Amino acid sequence: MLKIKSTAQQEEEKRKEREKKLKVYVAARDACFSKRKEGIMDDEALQLTQQLLSSNPDFATLWNYRREILMHMETVKDEDQVQKIYETELSFLESCLKVNPKSYGSWHQRGWVSARLPRPDWARELSLCDRCLSLDDRNFHCWDYRRMVVKMSGVPVDQELGFTDRLIGSNFSNYSSWHYRSTLLPLLHPESPEPPSPSREPPRSSPPPSPPTQSHRVCEEQLLKEYELVQNAFFTDPNDQSAWFYYRWLLGRAEREEMISCVYVSREVERVAVACSRPVNAQSVGLLLVLDGQPQRVEWRSVHPQLKHSPVWICDLPPGTISDVVNEHNLTVHWTEKHTHRDCALYTGRSESWCRDSATDQELFRSELSVEKTSVLQSELQSCNQLQELEPLNKWCLLTIILLMRALDPLGYEKETLAHFRTLKEVDSMRSAYYSDLCSRFMIENTILKMEYAEVRVFSISDKNLTTLCHLDQLLLVTHINVSCNQLQQLPPHFAMLQCLEVLEADNNSIEDLEGLHHLPKLEEVLLKNNKISTLADLQPLASCPKLKRLDLRGNPVAGTANLEVELAQLLPSVMHLLL
Amino acid sequence: MAAEDLPSEFDVVILGTGLAESVVAAAFSRVGQRVLHVDRRSYYAGDWASFTFNGLLSWIQEQHVSTSLLEEGEELICLSNSDSGSIRNVQVFCFTRWITDCFVTQASQTQGEEPEADRSQSEPAKKKINYAQLVKEGRRFNIDLVSKLMYSRGSLVDLLIKSNVSRYAEFKNITRILTYRHGNVEQVPCSRADVFASRQLSVVEKRKLMRFLTSCMEETEEQRAYKGRPYLEFLSDQQLGDNLQHFLLHSIAMVTEDTPTEEGLASTRHFLHCLGRYGNTPFLFPVYGLGEIPQCFCRMCAVFGGIYCLRHSVSCLLVDKESNRCKAVIDSRGQRISCSHFVVEECYVPANQKKVATPSRFVSRAVLITDSSVLHSDSEQQVSLVTVPPIAAGCPAVRMVELCPSTMTCMPGTYLVHLTCQSVGSAYEDLSPVVTRMFRTPESHDRENCPSVLWCLYFNMADGSGVEVEGHDLPSNVYVFSGPDGGLSHERAVRQAESIFNKVLPDEDFCPPAPNPEDIIYDGDTAASTGGEDEKQEKEGAGGEEKNEEGEAGEEEKKEEGRAGEEEQKEGAGEEIHEKEGAGDLAE
Repeated sequence: MLKIKSTAQQEEEKRKEREKKLKVYVAARDACFSKRKEGIMDDEALQLTQQLLSSNPDFATLWNYRREILMHMETVKDEDQVQKIYETELSFLESCLKVNPKSYGSWHQRGWVSARLPRPDWARELSLCDRCLSLDDRNFHCWDYRRMVVKMSGVPVDQELGFTDRLIGSNFSNYSSWHYRSTLLPLLHPESPEPPSPSREPPRSSPPPSPPTQSHRVCEEQLLKEYELVQNAFFTDPNDQSAWFYYRWLLGRAEREEMISCVYVSREVERVAVACSRPVNAQSVGLLLVLDGQPQRVEWRSVHPQLKHSPVWICDLPPGTISDVVNEHNLTVHWTEKHTHRDCALYTGRSESWCRDSATDQELFRSELSVEKTSVLQSELQSCNQLQELEPLNKWCLLTIILLMRALDPLGYEKETLAHFRTLKEVDSMRSAYYSDLCSRFMIENTILKMEYAEVRVFSISDKNLTTLCHLDQLLLVTHINVSCNQLQQLPPHFAMLQCLEVLEADNNSIEDLEGLHHLPKLEEVLLKNNKISTLADLQPLASCPKLKRLDLRGNPVAGTANLEVELAQLLPSVMHLLL
Repeated sequence: MAAEDLPSEFDVVILGTGLAESVVAAAFSRVGQRVLHVDRRSYYAGDWASFTFNGLLSWIQEQHVSTSLLEEGEELICLSNSDSGSIRNVQVFCFTRWITDCFVTQASQTQGEEPEADRSQSEPAKKKINYAQLVKEGRRFNIDLVSKLMYSRGSLVDLLIKSNVSRYAEFKNITRILTYRHGNVEQVPCSRADVFASRQLSVVEKRKLMRFLTSCMEETEEQRAYKGRPYLEFLSDQQLGDNLQHFLLHSIAMVTEDTPTEEGLASTRHFLHCLGRYGNTPFLFPVYGLGEIPQCFCRMCAVFGGIYCLRHSVSCLLVDKESNRCKAVIDSRGQRISCSHFVVEECYVPANQKKVATPSRFVSRAVLITDSSVLHSDSEQQVSLVTVPPIAAGCPAVRMVELCPSTMTCMPGTYLVHLTCQSVGSAYEDLSPVVTRMFRTPESHDRENCPSVLWCLYFNMADGSGVEVEGHDLPSNVYVFSGPDGGLSHERAVRQAESIFNKVLPDEDFCPPAPNPEDIIYDGDTAASTGGEDEKQEKEGAGGEEKNEEGEAGEEEKKEEGRAGEEEQKEGAGEEIHEKEGAGDLAE
């Protein structure tokens, strides 16, 4: 009969064993440290560090020491010997990675060694990565290292695409693979060279250059294949977000053209306002104002001191430059960095003038999803609707449907979009605030579109459950805005982009904060009935608006403050009509 | 075989080395019982054995001989050994194998030579393997008599892990599940990855299938409403198309069209539950064949002091009349060996003491050696389970397992195919129609693209599930195990072993983990000499030398230098690896 040690005996033995190991470890560590201090770079030091690192590969100091030794050896040995030393190092590293496949130290060392190896064997490195990823397909250390190996060894792109096929095939919940795919496809199947639209920059004289500057677009034929692949994934498991993210990438590949979208000039305020297609810093991108052929030395300001990057920038002209109504002036604003500009003429007798992008704003909002052919989007919408019928409560599907609908016909699908948002907020209540904000954005976009069609400067979006305001740069020219009966809590700094605003209707919201009413030169009337303005200090920003005449504060907590009228008269001397 | 006598006293004597007997032998030995384990045959595992090609040929011959000598042999041995009243004819019943029909077609031997020239023109790359090569390379085959697979969360895998017996063997995943439908072999998408990759399913079908697979894991009111009604009805009411119904019924639940819903759902759940533990299918197969498994348990028994004798049997039992207990056995060499318990494989029990239940049921088996896979794919090393629904009304559903050379059960360039079904007629009658449809044989002419059968064997084997384990007219401390059943799993054998162990030693743990080799105390040489000689040829490293703890040194330092952010990820990845480690080499 077999005799087995008792648990206590085993424990005791283990404890002793550990103690012994610890002693050896500490001794070796101390030896290493003292050797390093003395600057000794010999084989023994290599051996000692190897011994320590093989049991604890996350000891960064030792890796550093090892590299010092190896670099020293490079200087004293011939190439064959160096090759041999580094190959030994690689096999040692392999054993380290077996102990801990996610050790920063080991992977870093491996990358370092591979780069210095006189005759690297990339095929072996690649197969090591593949083995490692087959054990854990989301080991990001290995992904990193693999990218380096691929780059160094020049693995053909199609082979790499095949590699992602394999990984996605074995488990498609792998965002690393999907992402890698999105970087490979534009290289392998670039979009056909003909210019996508005449309004774009003229094609460069040289053929498509190196990858980084190349467009991120993929040719139509390949795209259709990718749609099919990714649909297989999200029909198989609609709750897997990696596939949905990839799908969003496939659909949303339009890059918005960078330009100056609007130039506005006011004779009265002697001010120029410029809106760019994306937030910029006016100083660093070289915004330049030319007035009647003369470059002007002006100081560009953003509309609010909090905004360092902003799509809208303003500058004041030297007093008297354009104030005489009988003069006609020609302005040009250059965005030097992007080699683009916009002209604007201020004719005789006019007090203000503007010039804005003539392209329909429809395009602007579709950049979320691409300028893809409508037929393709339509069929994608059909597939998603099909999935939604099977999985009516899947949030990814609902969200994608909303995006597709917006890309296809934002106004036509408004009703469905709102219904889907309601479902989304129910099924994914943790993110209901996000959906509310997103919905607000879409409603604002729709209202902007309607306003554009009507060519008016009145923007009315009352009673739409807005929780946030956005696209305010599009409202640069608006004189009258009505956002009453929504769920707004503040007028954010961006609100100051409404440089032409005269009347603000914001009754029946939950506004506590008026920060965005900052130096609005034309603002005359502010209606804030039934909001949550609670202190006099909250009204401070209004003091910066010189023309403010009417102010309605009925139904606000602040209305109960003692001596309010006196204080307000002091704070806002220009206000004639005050409703409390 | 040692010439000297065996010790004359044991706690348990076990006759027969099939799976259940071997498991119970290991279990007894592990908790300190003295075990004598004998088998009349010259090989381990009885009907569970795996043979080399040449070994199988001898086995076939043996069946012919034994059937022809059956009557005489029975009488003869019976007379010579009949000094025990309670047990008789033990060896005789061993000879009366239940293999009633043994049909050997040696297709390639006679036809291989001449047509070879013609064929080599059409398929120059493929060189036909002839019979001589099969014999020459015969050692590369490990041909199982029974065809089963291990459910990755079945009781056998659990037992292998729990007892550490898994360290004695290696395992491979079944790589794909196939089915025969509309005259074609198709892959059954059963895992998430399969469903994603499937080219036969539309995206909507994919969604429906995935949704069904997810939803059926929980019992619902709707499912209960179908109690007693056919599973097929339930499936078609779930708006699943014909192909999905086929996959779910025949390949995933592996039941028939009239199986009740609750049973169909239970087996569907079991299948799904086993997915993903070791790969994309629910099944494992032991490298070198199923015959390895009983041997692994025997080895565990031997490690803990069990004594093994092959070609050795028990001729009779000595029964104490008053207590009706078996006190001792007389072995085939006439030695009296006292024991407290006697375990015997059912086939050794004489007919007059058996409680024969229903007319005996049989399993029809066929073994084919073919030259290619039934479904080509990128990899040649596929291990496939193929479900073949009844090809006509009244025909049995056939289960087919196709093994590739990397399972170490057949020579390179060949595939080993096992077919199994419940017998309706003889094995040949039951299975040859399927073989002629799916393979190219002398009887099937229009199967140019099918794999050619190089060699095949048909036989019937008694279905152990038709055998009563209790209620025999035997002493109370004699326990009977049935032989292998026709099912896919090993549940029955493992359950039998466990229940008998618990009956005998209700207070002992069943197969507790074997200790690590370093925890075993070797005092002097006493232990070595008792077990050593009669043990089967021990493979090297009996105790297993796997070490789980590596690089423990300086754990304190590790913590110091390690990065906190890594912890979570390590754990995430570790879980899977840990499970794999637990199973020893189960994950390859």
